[in-house]
Amino acid sequence: MNAVNTSPKSAIRKYATYFRIRFTSGLQYRAAAAAGVATQFAWGFLTVLLYKAFWEADPASFPMGIAQVTSYMWLRQAFLALFNSWTVDNTILSDITGGNIAYELVRPMNLYALWFTRNISMRAANATLRFLPILIVASLVPAPWGMHLPVSVPAALGFLLTMFLGALVTCAIVMFIYIFTFFTMQPMGVRMVFNAVTDFCSGNLVPLPFFPPAMAAFLEYTPFAAMQNIPFRIYSGHIAGWDILRCAGLQVFWLIVLVMLGSLLMKKALKRAVIQGG
Amino acid sequence: MREIKRGYFLFMIELHHISKTFRVARRNAGMREAVKALLCREYTEIRALDDVSFTIADGEMVGYIGPNGAGKSSTIKIMSGILHPNMDGGTCEIDGLVPWKNRKEHVKNIGVVFGQRSQLWWDVPVLDSYELIRDIYQIDAPVYRRNLEELTQCLQIGEILRTPVRQLSLGQRMRCEIGASLLHDPKILFLDEPTIGLDAVSKIAVRDFIRRRNREHGTTVILTTHDMQDIEALTERILLIGKGRILLDGSLSELKSRHSGVRKITVSHSGSVVPETLPAGIVCTENQPGQAAFAVDTAVLGVSEAIGMLSGLFEITDLSVAGATAEELVVSLYEEFAI
Repeated sequence: MNAVNTSPKSAIRKYATYFRIRFTSGLQYRAAAAAGVATQFAWGFLTVLLYKAFWEADPASFPMGIAQVTSYMWLRQAFLALFNSWTVDNTILSDITGGNIAYELVRPMNLYALWFTRNISMRAANATLRFLPILIVASLVPAPWGMHLPVSVPAALGFLLTMFLGALVTCAIVMFIYIFTFFTMQPMGVRMVFNAVTDFCSGNLVPLPFFPPAMAAFLEYTPFAAMQNIPFRIYSGHIAGWDILRCAGLQVFWLIVLVMLGSLLMKKALKRAVIQGG
Repeated sequence: MREIKRGYFLFMIELHHISKTFRVARRNAGMREAVKALLCREYTEIRALDDVSFTIADGEMVGYIGPNGAGKSSTIKIMSGILHPNMDGGTCEIDGLVPWKNRKEHVKNIGVVFGQRSQLWWDVPVLDSYELIRDIYQIDAPVYRRNLEELTQCLQIGEILRTPVRQLSLGQRMRCEIGASLLHDPKILFLDEPTIGLDAVSKIAVRDFIRRRNREHGTTVILTTHDMQDIEALTERILLIGKGRILLDGSLSELKSRHSGVRKITVSHSGSVVPETLPAGIVCTENQPGQAAFAVDTAVLGVSEAIGMLSGLFEITDLSVAGATAEELVVSLYEEFAI
């Protein structure tokens, strides 16, 4: 009668299955990806031209080298799906406001872990479809507008590691949108404030080194700086040496703090949650 | 009759003094009221459940009935661990676990079907959802195969397992939903309006299956429904809830005999009814030209005798007898408890 196997290996397997299904179903949306690639490439090209113009006006006042800025911009465009703050799983939001969350809650799973898995798999699928075409085209564009290779092997490894951590931090931040929706029952307002703050503070609009020094120094320590800011600057050598490890440490710190805080808030939310509608 | 579980649990499900209060924001319609509500909201407390207690033995099948908003779904949600009741001393133990405290442990033991929602993935074949459920509940491969085979056969869903859910009819989908909630061999099955919107054939298929499951696997079943045929076909015991309170807990036959005293006979006739001439035990409750209704006290005379007597008084062109079905029984219960 005991059909339920409780080894820790299979405990991870259920989240892995969820990841696999979400990831493969996310790979179906090729037309959306093609459109996204075109937009992101066009936008990337415009921003590169813009920074080039600024740089030509006064290279001395530039906080980053022009090659560092262009690779930052192309990486941002290529991995937009991984780090943007506006990609949310709309089914989660409608499950909360419509009451279908009842079915999620009768599963022997941790809801936070489940939703985190859903988000990371969706982002991974979207990014997988988009990053290569953008990077290939961007590397064919002649210098100084084009993309260059990572400056060193440690930079390449550091880039991969901190990009992985940064994507996790992004998900941990986005989780708060869902959690706040439990309290507000209307995701729009939460999302707007969230997107504006996150976009600005994470260096998605303007890289953090371009901020006024005091503000940049402050933002460096926030969770927002632990998203794309770190991997993209490691790639071009703007962050190098032991600083790579220090930054990775900051990411791990924020990841732990955000996940703990999120799980705690979610528990609170579920305690007072009303499953909507009959 | 009540089996002792694990040596010390007498009942599979025990609820004692469970209450649940919701706070609902209310305002009158209109712009003025909307602005006022921005500054100062008025809340009303709604007592969805008010001191609910009952026990259900292992292997029992119980029908949970009551009008809309009576608290049926809230009870199911509390028992499924997804809703926290008020913390005012009420207790709930299901198979020895407190649902909202040991949620993850508890839900392994239960299967839930919410008739108005879907747990299957809309765009993929049913089988994909089943395999996801297999991994979520960590069901061993041989057990999964055995259960899948059995469920496929009993629910007759072999043909449709490979079809995307969006292309299934409601009846087909509901059978697949029920299958999905039983893949992990739950000891308890909560069915929240499982037959809602189904046609007669699908309803019968679903009922047959539930009955069989209860008989062959000893699954404890709690069923909420508005369809009295469900209750009649499936459950011996019914719990009646109204305005958040358990009003009645008894067997269906017991209730029937208790309420069988009076039958209502409605007749269409060509003639006239003179109430004073009616024999003892028959009272005219409605008298219109061509149509009349009578209440027959079955303690005094039987229904067929009464019909015989009435047909002697005037020509009957059509007639119906009410009060015998579970449907009527429930209506009279609702009236009796004024809910």
